[in-house]
Parts: sequence; C-alpha cells; structure tokens
Amino acid sequence: MTTAIMEDTITLTINGKAVTSESGKTVLQVCRENGIYVPTLCYDERLEAYGGCRLCIVEIKGQVRPLSSCTTPIREGMEVTTESDRITRLRKTVLELLLSNHPNDCMFCDKAGSCALQELVYRYGVRYDKYYGEMWNLPKKDDNPFISYDPNKCVLCSRCVNICQNVVMKGTIDMTGRGFYSKPDTAFSKPLTPDICVFCGQCVSTCPDAALTEKQAMGKGRVGSVDRVRTTCTYCGTGCNFYLNVNNGKIVKVTSDYEAPVNRGNLCVKGRFGYDFIQHPDRLTKPLIRREGVDDTSPEVLKNPMAVFREAEWDEALDLVASKFAELKAKYGNDSVGGFSSSRCTNEENYLLAKWVRAALGTNNVDNCARV
Amino acid sequence: MAGLATSLGAGAASNSLEQIKDADVLFIFGSNTTEGHPIVSLHVNNAIRNGARIIVGDPRRIDLVKFSDVWLNLKPGSNIALLNGLIHIILKEGLQNNEFIGSRTEGFDDLKEAVKKYTPEYTEKITGVSIDRLEKAARLYAKADKAMILYGLGVTEHRTGTENAMAIANLALACGHLGRPSTGIMALRGQNNVQGASDMGPSPAVCTGYQYVSKPEVREKFERAWGVAFPTTTGLKSVEMFDKAVEGTFKGLFVMGADTAQTDANLNHIWKAFDALEFFVVCDLFHTHTTRFADVILPGASFAEKDGTFTNGERRVQRIRKAIEPLCGKAEWQVLQEISTRMGYEMKYSHPSQIMDEIASLTPNYGGISYERIEKQGIQWPCPTKDHPGTTTLYEQQFNRPGGKALFVSLEHIGSGEIPDAEYPYVLITGRRLEHYNNGSMTRRVRGIMELAPEELIEINLADAKKLNIANGEMVRVSSRRGQINVKVNVTERSQAGNVFLAFHYDDALSNLLTSGYRDSIAGTPEYKSCAVRIDKL
Repeated sequence: MTTAIMEDTITLTINGKAVTSESGKTVLQVCRENGIYVPTLCYDERLEAYGGCRLCIVEIKGQVRPLSSCTTPIREGMEVTTESDRITRLRKTVLELLLSNHPNDCMFCDKAGSCALQELVYRYGVRYDKYYGEMWNLPKKDDNPFISYDPNKCVLCSRCVNICQNVVMKGTIDMTGRGFYSKPDTAFSKPLTPDICVFCGQCVSTCPDAALTEKQAMGKGRVGSVDRVRTTCTYCGTGCNFYLNVNNGKIVKVTSDYEAPVNRGNLCVKGRFGYDFIQHPDRLTKPLIRREGVDDTSPEVLKNPMAVFREAEWDEALDLVASKFAELKAKYGNDSVGGFSSSRCTNEENYLLAKWVRAALGTNNVDNCARV
Repeated sequence: MAGLATSLGAGAASNSLEQIKDADVLFIFGSNTTEGHPIVSLHVNNAIRNGARIIVGDPRRIDLVKFSDVWLNLKPGSNIALLNGLIHIILKEGLQNNEFIGSRTEGFDDLKEAVKKYTPEYTEKITGVSIDRLEKAARLYAKADKAMILYGLGVTEHRTGTENAMAIANLALACGHLGRPSTGIMALRGQNNVQGASDMGPSPAVCTGYQYVSKPEVREKFERAWGVAFPTTTGLKSVEMFDKAVEGTFKGLFVMGADTAQTDANLNHIWKAFDALEFFVVCDLFHTHTTRFADVILPGASFAEKDGTFTNGERRVQRIRKAIEPLCGKAEWQVLQEISTRMGYEMKYSHPSQIMDEIASLTPNYGGISYERIEKQGIQWPCPTKDHPGTTTLYEQQFNRPGGKALFVSLEHIGSGEIPDAEYPYVLITGRRLEHYNNGSMTRRVRGIMELAPEELIEINLADAKKLNIANGEMVRVSSRRGQINVKVNVTERSQAGNVFLAFHYDDALSNLLTSGYRDSIAGTPEYKSCAVRIDKL
C-alpha cells in the first residue's frame, strides 16, 4: 500500500516551495490544496476543467507561454509560479476586456459581495474604462418562476452550460451564436418550461456573477446582510446539505454547500427553490381545539377550519392533551392509546415520541410512517 | 426494511451514495430516480459518464430508460418472478459467484430449487419482459466487477414488498455483489428521515437501533435508563391501531407530522378509523386531511426552526439547524416533553443535543454520534464508539446475522392483490413527481412550483387513450372498487398500455381513494404500486 502511494506521488515546486501530491491532479488543484491563491472564473469542482477564462494561467519553467493551471497535470520536478508581472498583466487584460462588455452596475446588483468577477476586479485593481467598444444590450429573460437570466452580465465562462449538460445531463442550455454574439441560451431562445428544464438551478449555483440569479431572492438581501445557516434538506431521503440565507428573520434564499458529502453543492428544484412554505400565511401558529359540539370531519372542514376549531394558548392545549390521554388510559387501559410519528420529524423527536408512549402512556402502541 | 434485515442483517443501504459513480453496472429497480431522488440521479449520471452500464427495472418508461442498456419493462407486481428469472439464467449459465456463496451465505440449495421453474419462458409469461432482455440483464449484472442495485418504493410498496427486497438480496448474493465499495444494495429512502425514524424505534417491536423489546435485556436496559417499568404487552402497528379504532377498542392517538388521511392507501378506511377515535391529536405545519379529524391540533415547527438530526438513505446522521425561531413558539421536542411532564413522567431536556446523547448511550449503532462530532460533516452508522469514524460500506467482513452469513430466502411469485378484470381493466401505479412532495402541503405552497406543476394529470398510454377516445387535457373519472376521482389526462409513452400513473400530491385529486387495502403481510406497507381501476371519459 505504502509503495503504491509512493509511486503515485509527485513533488513539484510552487512559488519556490516544494509540495507533494498525487499524480493525475492538476496544478490548480494542488495550488488550492496548499492554500495558494489562483484566480478562476470558469472553474467549478463539480465540473471537468474547461480552461476557458484564462485567469488561472501560471508560469511553468521551461514553457514559453503561460499555461492554464486547471488543465495542466502536475509533473515531477515542475516549477510553477502563480503570480508574476507578466501573469498579473495578462489577468488584468482579461478582466478589462470582460468589463468592456459588462453593465458594471454593482451598486444595484444582487450578487454584489458574492460575485467572483467583482472580487477579481477589486483584487487586481482593474478599471472598467480601459477598453471601449460595442456593448450588449440584450433583454433580460425571467419568464419562469425561479431563474432570472441577464445575458448582459454573462462572462461566457460556460459553467452553466457544462453543469446542465454534464452534471444534470439535461442539455436545456448551450452556447448559441458565434464570436461577439455568443451566449448561453435555450434552443431557439425559448422560455424555460418544465418540458425542457428541471429547474434544479444548478446553472444559478455555478454562475460566477449575476448573469443567472434566483428570481425569488431578488432585492431581499445581499451577502453582507444575510446570515447563512448550514442545514439538511427536509424533502427526500438523499440528505443534501445547503445554506438557508436568513435576513431579518426571513428565509430569503437557499445557497449551495460545496463541502456537503452527499450533494457537493448540487440541489434539485425542491431543495433550492421549495422554501416558500416555511413562512407561508397558511402555517399553523397557535394550538387549535375543536369547538364544543362541532363534529364535522368532512373535507369541507379544510375550506373553513376556524368554523370547527378555535385558537387556544399552549397551556390550555397541552393540559387538555395530557389530561385526555390520562383519562383514556384510566378508562380503557394503557393499550387503548398510542402514538404515530413520522419520517418528516427529527431523530430526537422520533425518539422522544417513542419514549413518551412507552414511559408515560405505558404501551408499545407506537409506530411511524416509514412502513407506509 | 424488514426484507434486507432478514437477508443481510440490517435494514439499510449497504453503501454510500458517493460510491455509485464508480460502479460498472447499476441495476435501478422500482425507482424513478430522476424525479424521486434527483441528487442520487446525479451520482447515476456520473456513473454513466464513467462508462457504467445501466439496467432499468420499471413498468414505466422513466427518464433513465434513455440511458439504459436494458429496460426490464415488467408488469406491476411481478418483481419476484423477474428476480427469480434473472437468478435462473445466472445459475444456468454458471455466472454465479461460488466462492462468495460458499463462504458467506446459507440457504443456497433451497434457492436453487426455488428458481428452477423460473425459466426464461415462464418468467417472460409472468413479467411480460422478453427473454432477450432478461438474458442481457442477467449477464450484465452477474459479470460486472462492481455492481450496485438501487431500489425504490416500486419494490417495497407491494403486498410482497418485504419479499421483493429479499429477492433483490438473493440476486446480489448469488453474484457476490455485496460487501465491497461500489458493490451493494442501495434502498432509496422516500422521505428525509425514513432511515432515522426507523432507527429511533417508534415501532411496536423495537427500540432504538432495532433492539427487540421482546428481549428481556433490552427492556431492562431501557427501564434502567428511563426509570419506569417497560410495557409488556405487544404493541400495535399503525394499521392495527386503525383497524382497532374502527372496531372501537382503540381510543386515543397522537400523530406527529404525518398526513395519513391523504397518503395512506384505501383512504375511506383510514377516515373511518380517525372518525371513530375518542381523542385525536395531530401535530403538523398546516391544516391537512388528517387535521380535519383532530380534537386538538398542535402547530409544528419546520426544519428551519429547530435543531436536530436527520439520518439519510446512506445511514448518515446529519444536523439540521435553527435558522429562525419557531413560528408557533415551540419545537416538537419541547411539546412532547411538556405533555409528558404534565402526565407525571418528567422530561427536561434543554437542547436536542442532550436527547442525542441519550440515544447514543442506549443505541450501539449510534454510540459514537454526538452533535460535536457531526458539526462539520455527518457520520454514517454503525458508529459504535466516540473514536469510530463511521461505516461507509457494510458487510465487508461479515453479515449482521447469527454466524455472520447472509441468508438466501426462497420465494415464490405471488403477484398483486388486485389484478385488472373486465370491470376494472387498468393497473394504477402511484408515485411521485419531481416538483412535488408527498401530500403536497409544503410544495403546493411554493408559488413557483405551483406555476410549474399546478394540477394532477393521469398518465395514459397512447393506445389506451385511443381505445377510450380521450385526448390530452380532457377530464376522466378514475374509479376503483373503493372510490373515484376526476382528473385530467396526459397521453404519454411513459405508461405502457394497460398501466396508468397518478401521483398523490394534490388534495383535490386524492389518488389514495383508489388504492387498495392489500398490505405487505410483514411490514404492513400498503400496495400503492398496483390496483385495478377503470377510466371513463367525462
């Protein structure tokens, strides 16, 4: 085992420092492993390296031209320089060219603070007025419930296209047009509809700037004003992790957790966009007790529940529940009552329900919906 | 659950989801993974891109059929015949793993006898799957180095659900496809915490971690920890509680977070049971069909409003965290302990982490789990001690059965409880759609989702639609021996002729008024996946 690892191990030098890693990795991966900064726009761990944005270029001794570190595998004895006057100048030019066809309206932009382009421009001290030329003035597309697309902000990194085609394998979008006129879009620029799109929002999650954004979250708080709480999805049994973005006590957005062991930042339509229910006005917020003498249980109850139930304070409701169960136990025996819990509840709640039934009700009549 | 537990020793997925991408062959059986488990399907995509061959076993032409090498388009309810037929071919062609069978299993000779009659011809007759497909699938699966079976509710939601899962275990055992990375059986869990709810022992026969209450040492352990006498009478399964409620001997029920009155099968029976209860408490986020029967409705807290853990389909215990305060002021763990304390059995936890510590102290598989340890990343059980890293692959050394050997269970084809006839000529399959979730009480309150998927549509094959003279978008009445609903039609090749499909997400198209009362005799799971219906144009 040890020998096998030794054979696959490569030692190289990055910025004068010797580092060791496994063969098959790229220069970029090894830089990131070692905490060495290399800028990228088109790179996403979930995707195969694309080598399109030319920002991750590094100098490699013996090579005349800089190479993109995301597509260059490491070799024994390689000497890599990640930042030099030449590299910095080239990176700045790339950014200046991107800004020459970008709205540069960060003050109004939802992505401000979490935008890779903005961050790079800040880091490299680039101005937006270096080059002038024709600029896009394309209509924004958001004729669907979840995904807003502003092509004018697209940096053509292809991440959205790659994730849709190679991770989701749906192929809803592709690069369309040529040269200055190329941009990601649906076939024939059709609106996103369920027959062509699964609305997983992977494209939004990978977009480095604000070309693709969450429509529901627009104007509800930028990165500086939201708290991010890491949690696990409440829908299916896959167990995806994500961040709930909270602003002023409201859930305003779900964002990806790239460290998540199961989903690595990927989510589906329910996980990414299905959070409206949490603060829906239909939520029950007070205990309800059936009104005296009203015994309607028909589906009509759902049309006007308050005709059947009245609001109560917690104390009254919990007293009633406790005393009624005690009364039934006394009258009909412990095994006349029981509890039924659910796969929707936490482990702790399931455990407590079972404990309550066995220890306080004194019966084994406890079950859960996992069987149905 | 009970199926895999009988055959292998644990009612849980044997591997990790991340291992799917490295499998050579994936047999996806009774799972419309793309819609039911979209992120699992991304792992399947990864495998496809790595060159994996795909076998799909499903009566519907689901999306994954597009990527498959073989589609086993079986008739609903013929799972056991199909799996026996595959094993028959594997044995006939000598593709079984004799070394594995010899050293790690028992009961093989009986199985050999049992599958003898499932010749390809006989299997084709029962399942409707052509012989060449059966042979191709058997060879692909058996010859693979690393093969995984991903199965879903299409396997378990039959009256032979438990046996179906055992039949899957038989197939994997015969080929030695267990106990290695990217080689095993993944049961895909429908709900976020199916695994955890099963693990935590709200179940008549077991306490946490599948410790049988029939064992005196288990009862003693919990008596010591809880400081009360452990109840000695055998508990009722939920279905038995409902039956006894109708009979009048079961009086009071507390339901936490389940909408049984929409999601259980044969709803009229459930409704009758809830009506008959003397006292009925329901804890939920919203008004549901179940709350309309309640005497007291207690508001619940959503996953965003409390701390806790869920255990996912690969046995990974993961945190949920409170992002906002409970809208109703209390989380369920607080509600339960307040009720219990009022009844004279005091509970005073100040945080759910203390409940997990108690679970860990009583549950060998969860022994090493604590909030501190799963803060960054969840841990997969078995995790018996505080320094145990958790278990990604089960059964690497031995199976969790007495003697450490897995068991072949010989099974016979039984079929669905209700089969189509002249009066009710179509088989109704029920299931999920991508956009919605279970009773829909959550997803129907997401505005965007309702824009995408506003209403239920029954999926009917083109040939059947022609026969019935109905076009896309027209309304039909779907009726079974138990009830009827009106619903719009979606004419599609996804359903094979003779089968129709409905989801159960909409409260105005209650497909479970139609589903039958047949249940798995072991687990009690209803036969959601197959009942006979008729369709009339409105």
